This record gives sequence, structure tokens and C-alpha cells, in this order.
Amino acid sequence: MLGKTAGGIFWMFRYLERSENTARLVDAGFRIALTRSATAEKEWESVVATAGVRDAYIERHGQFEASAVIDFLLRDRTNSSSVLSVIAEARDNGRMVRTALTREVWEAVNECWMTLNETLSRPVRDRDLPSVLAAIRQQSALVRGALHGTMLRNEIFDFARLGTFLERADNTARILDVKYYVLLPSLSLVGSTIDNVQWETILRSVSAYQSYRWVTRGDPNPRDIAHFLILDRRLPRSLAFCYAKINDNLGYLETDHGHRPHSHTMADSCFHRFRNRSIDEVLDEGLHEFLSGFIADNQALGAQIERDYRFHE
Amino acid sequence: MSEGAAKHFDEMTGRGDGVRSPYFAYRSWFEAEDPARLKHKAAEAETFFRRMGITFNVYGEADATERLIPFDVVPRIISGREWARLSRGIEQRVTAINAFLHDIYHRQEILRAGRIPVELIAGNDAFLPQMIGVKPPGGVYTHIVGTDLVRTGENDFYVLEDNARTPSGVSYMLENRETMLHMFPELFSSVAVQPVSTYPRNLRRSLAACAPANRANGTPTIAVLTPGIHNSAYYEHAFLADQMGAELVEGHDLRVVDGRVAMRTTRGYQPLDVIYRRVDDDFLDPLNFNPSSMLGVPGILDVYRAGNITIANAPGTGIADDKAIYSYMPEIVEFYTGEKAILKNVPTWRCSEKDALAHVLDNLDKLVVKEVHGSGGYGMLVGPAASKKEIAAFRKKLKARPGSYIAQPTLSLSTVPILTKSGLAPRHVDLRPFVLVSPNGIKITPGGLTRVALKKGSLVVNSSQGGGTKDTWVLDE
Repeated sequence: MLGKTAGGIFWMFRYLERSENTARLVDAGFRIALTRSATAEKEWESVVATAGVRDAYIERHGQFEASAVIDFLLRDRTNSSSVLSVIAEARDNGRMVRTALTREVWEAVNECWMTLNETLSRPVRDRDLPSVLAAIRQQSALVRGALHGTMLRNEIFDFARLGTFLERADNTARILDVKYYVLLPSLSLVGSTIDNVQWETILRSVSAYQSYRWVTRGDPNPRDIAHFLILDRRLPRSLAFCYAKINDNLGYLETDHGHRPHSHTMADSCFHRFRNRSIDEVLDEGLHEFLSGFIADNQALGAQIERDYRFHE
Repeated sequence: MSEGAAKHFDEMTGRGDGVRSPYFAYRSWFEAEDPARLKHKAAEAETFFRRMGITFNVYGEADATERLIPFDVVPRIISGREWARLSRGIEQRVTAINAFLHDIYHRQEILRAGRIPVELIAGNDAFLPQMIGVKPPGGVYTHIVGTDLVRTGENDFYVLEDNARTPSGVSYMLENRETMLHMFPELFSSVAVQPVSTYPRNLRRSLAACAPANRANGTPTIAVLTPGIHNSAYYEHAFLADQMGAELVEGHDLRVVDGRVAMRTTRGYQPLDVIYRRVDDDFLDPLNFNPSSMLGVPGILDVYRAGNITIANAPGTGIADDKAIYSYMPEIVEFYTGEKAILKNVPTWRCSEKDALAHVLDNLDKLVVKEVHGSGGYGMLVGPAASKKEIAAFRKKLKARPGSYIAQPTLSLSTVPILTKSGLAPRHVDLRPFVLVSPNGIKITPGGLTRVALKKGSLVVNSSQGGGTKDTWVLDE
């Protein structure tokens, strides 16, 4: 396939994943701000920081105030990571690679763009926010469903999945990194519980609130949460899960191409951080150090994949 | 149905209140239909087109809004007999065009014979000296032609333009039929309509048949070259590539590697055999043509001249559909086929000629004046519809550069009814059949694209000027 097409698919699915993650972040931020008006500004600031757009936000708005943050993250076209911006990017990439998509996938991404353009054409009122956020998640799920149900399992599919999991791993790592201080102070106190609302927010940001209850008993504790989001291979948004998938898809590409470029080695060593590793070792290394190192390596892997598979000239 | 019925030939009712035979079956179906259901279907068609993303961008509009070409649910119907005659005429004309192109880039017999003036070729920007002596693979210059036809009466068809460069619109022909099949399946079981869906397969075969003899791949690798997603016809480029199973490439995906045009794949550069380009000549090769073009491939023309790639249509075909050449088409057809032209040419005044210019200047309010190199309905004067001020302004332009213009009488274009809020109403139409040329012969898809001026009385059918489209049926009889 064309290098440009591989890049288009990769980015189309990165952007779709990002739209969904942003919706989830806003959702979690909205909940916590509702229940704690005293620290609301701090909470919104951490949402903006997690979305990776803190500087751009401050330049535009200054204060971290609910309606401004929500508008910036969902609708602002000057914010290249806002839901409206990334959906437009996903659809443009979809148009560019139209010949690599089934009709179902193309129609789903086109409809996603049409629906969200309409939904987000006006500022979102508080009482509409839950349904708007649900619509964003649902539209991206429809594209993913069409992808799984109709696409051939060939390299096109592999690049779609690589984009999805690189973006997802980045998102989960950022959520943890921005909130690591919540988990930290209590880590040394074995058996201590953390602020209920805070851990709930973290779990909700990765749609893991229910699953966490399924796999653990007793009161949530920071060590278990960190383990769950970083090392648990059953959780579809954990770092270990994302990297297992990335390695699978790179493996299919290797079989298909009969060639193992440098990015595969990088992915392998990144995956190594999670294999046969206990959460205590990770915490001993320092959670923040571990996460910021991971975020940098994850980014470098994305760039290397772009080079290895000739996305650009 | 009384609206202007006597003045123009209506393809459903003729010049009276009857129904012409090709429309018998459709008309009786229509009359039994619930008007509310039809209106609902018309709205449904729009949703269908939007969801598919069958949209286009309008040049010069800053806003990124995408528009739909309006679709009318009433088909334009042509009898099998009418079509047989039309397609003979088109085949004759396209055969002559290819012979003309070969001649004009080789021995130039037609100039030696004095049948068309030498200046017309020598001083024409559409003539590419780089093509002199070049033999295109398969001997074909115009692989794809879209011949624009208009009708003025029962047996009167005229060729308005021979689009021999990169004619567009074929995706609308195909999607319009798909939409009709989707909305009115029962209609197609009661009326036998010749299918159009074979077009993409025929296009692929016809392009493959023109692949270079020393091609790089056993089964020719074909790519559609597009200027990119912001081009107004991008939907069509992607559609055709998808339907043919060809690659969809932009200039920056390609480069010349070891004397071949190659595309950048995830596994490295791989050679191409045939390029169906939807990029104009001027932008094709920054080394050989416009040096600032970012759309083309540096050095592609050298590969072409070495016979290592097929470019469809060949560079330089514009000399055959140039509006200044148009008026010589009857001579061209006769010169190369030895037959009289079956399809009529619209009488044309060449403003470069003194007497013609005088006649045109005296009759500006009755004529259509077109720029020789213009297209898409831009920069033309429709005399009968223009204000005194517009005519005066145009007169100045015409006097300043008479050689850049031709003039034609305003034809009384036929009408076909469209569905309006108050029922059927006649609107003017034209027809663009799509023609495929390969060494194995010429194939014309039955029907083509019918464009319709949606505004009452309007003669301008271009989508960029508010025109719409209809499904075009050729009856199987």
C-alpha cells in the first residue's frame, strides 16, 4: 500500500481515539467539579493539562473556568486537539484514504463528522453536556465497529490499530502522570485509602470504574489502581494492553513484509517495561519518572513507525 | 406542463401535450405514484448523497462548506434507436479526434492540405511541442472523452464541446443510477434500462490495454493521479480508483526511479504502468511544464517519451477540444474518416476573423460568446440573458482581444421535466456521454450525465452555476 495511505489510516484512528479520550476527560472533570466546587479550578486545570493543551489554553483564556474549558476542549477550532478539530482531521484523512476503507467505515467516519459538526455547532449547555459527550463516544465507537466488522485483516487494518493504541497509551499515561500526586502521598502508607473522588475520576477517565470493582475487593488503594492501569493485560486501556496490541500488529506487518524495521525493536523494548514486572518495581523507580519516560518513548515509536513505513517523502 | 411548452422541444411531451414514446412507461408509473411519496424520496436522495460524501468544493469559496450537486428524481429517457444513432456519431467523432491528434503531433497532413490554418496550431497554448513525434503506448491519445451534446428537436442533436482532456462527471452518472435503483427498484423491473455499472470495469480494461509493451508488471499497475482532497472533483477521483481497484496517488507519492514512474509504498518505491491523471497538462511535470507545480511528478514526461509509462489522456490532447478548433470539427471528421459528420456542430463565428467579429459585435444580444480557453461556464456572455451594461462591458473585452473569443447562436435547448413543489416543470438539459478508447475499439456507456438548469428558463447547466443532474436512461429495446 502507499506510504501516504498507511499514514492517513494511522492518523485517522489516532484522531478518532483522541476525540473519545477528550470526551471521557471532560466527563470525569465535570463530575469532580460538580461535587467539589472549592477545587473546581484545580480540577479543570488538570483536565486541560492531561489533554496536553495547557499552554494554548492559558494563552486564550487564562482562568480555568468550566464553560471555557469545555468549549476549548470540545469546540474550539483554534485548539488543534479539540473534538471538532480532530474529527475534521479524522474525516479528512478518511477522504484521503477513501480507497483503503470499506464503504461502511467511510460512511461511519463521514457520518461521525456530520453528526458532531451539528451537535457542536453551538456552545454546549451544562444540562446537554452528558448527552453530547455520549454522542462523541458513540460516534467513534461506530467507526471502530465498522472497522472490526468489515475490514480485511491486512496491513491497512494493522496501521489503523497501531494509531489507535499509540494514542490510547499516550492518553492513559498522561492521565496517570497528571494525577500521580494523588496516588503518591499515600503510597508509603501501606493499606491506606486515597481520596475517593480522586481515584474515581482517574478510573472514569479510562472507563475502568466498573472493571476495577470486578477485579479487586475491598477499598481501592493507590497501588492497585496503578497496577490496574499500567500492568493489567485485561484492561483495554492499560499501558500493557496497548503495547501487547502494538506488538501484535507490528508482528503481523513483519510476517506480511518479511522485514523487521527499527520501530519493532523500539516497541519491543517499550513493552519490556511491563513484562514480568511488578508494580512495586515501577513505584520504586518513581511513578512520575516511569510515566514521563514512557510518554517520550511512545512518542518516539510513533515517529519511527512513520519513517519505517514511509508515511512521508 | 404548459410552462414554455410550445417554445422548446420537451423530451417528455414533444411540442404538444402528448407523451413521447420513450416516456410512456415512466409517465404511467409516475401518474400512479403518490406525489407526497415522491417528494419524500427526493429528500431521501439528498441524505443519501451527503452520507456517501458525494460533495464538491466550489473554487474561490473561503469557507470549507461542501456542496451537493442537486439531484432530480425524474429520469431523462432516450430510446434505443435514438441512442444507436447518437453513439455512431460519437464514435465517428472520437475516432477523428484521435486521428487528428496523431497527425498534428506527427506529419501534420491536415495543415499541409490547407484544411485548417497553421496559425491555429502554432500559436495555440494547448499545442504541446514536447509531444511532437511521441507515440503514445497503444496509439491512443484520448482514452476518456466526454462529448457534450445538446438537443433542439426530435432529430436535432449538436455537439457543444469535445472534452478530450480530463472530462469529469462519470461518478455522478454511476451514483445517480445507484440512487435511482435504491429508491425506485420497482421502476426498473417494469422499464428495461441499459445498465451503466460496467463503466469502471471497462475503464480498467481499456487503460490496461494501453499499458506500455515493456511494462514493469505482468498485470498492469494503474493509478489515478489526483490534485488531492481539496480538488472539486476529488470524490470522483477516489470513486474511480476504488471501483477500478487502482491506486489513488498525488504527485508527492510519485517519483522517477530507474527510468520508471514509481509510487512510494510502505515497502519502498514500486513502478507504475498506467496513470489516469486528473491533473492538467500544465501541472503534470514541473521539469517540463509549469515549474511551480506541486501537483505533478518531475521528469514524468521524459519517462513517457521513452515509452515507459502510459498517461491517460495523453499530454497535449487539449489541442483537439480547443474552442478555436471546434469550428473546424466537421472538416476534421471528414478529413480523417472520409465521411460526413453524423453529429452537427453548432454554427460558430471565430472572432479572430474580421467579418465574423463585425457580425458578432452587431448581434451581441442574441449570441453566446465564449472564451476560447475557458471552461466551466466562467467568463462567457449569454447575450439574451445579459443586461445592457454587461453587454457593453463584454464588447470592450471582445474588441481588445477578439482572437480569444468565439460566438454561437443561443440554441433552443430541449427540456426534460424536473420534480418541483408544484409537480413536473420543464427545465433545460444537456448530455455528456462517456467514451472509452483503447486499441481494441471504442466503448460508449449507454446514457451519460444529464445536467439540468434548475432555474426556470436558465440555459446554464454547470454545477458551479447552480445546475443539477438527472439519471439518464437508454431503453433496452
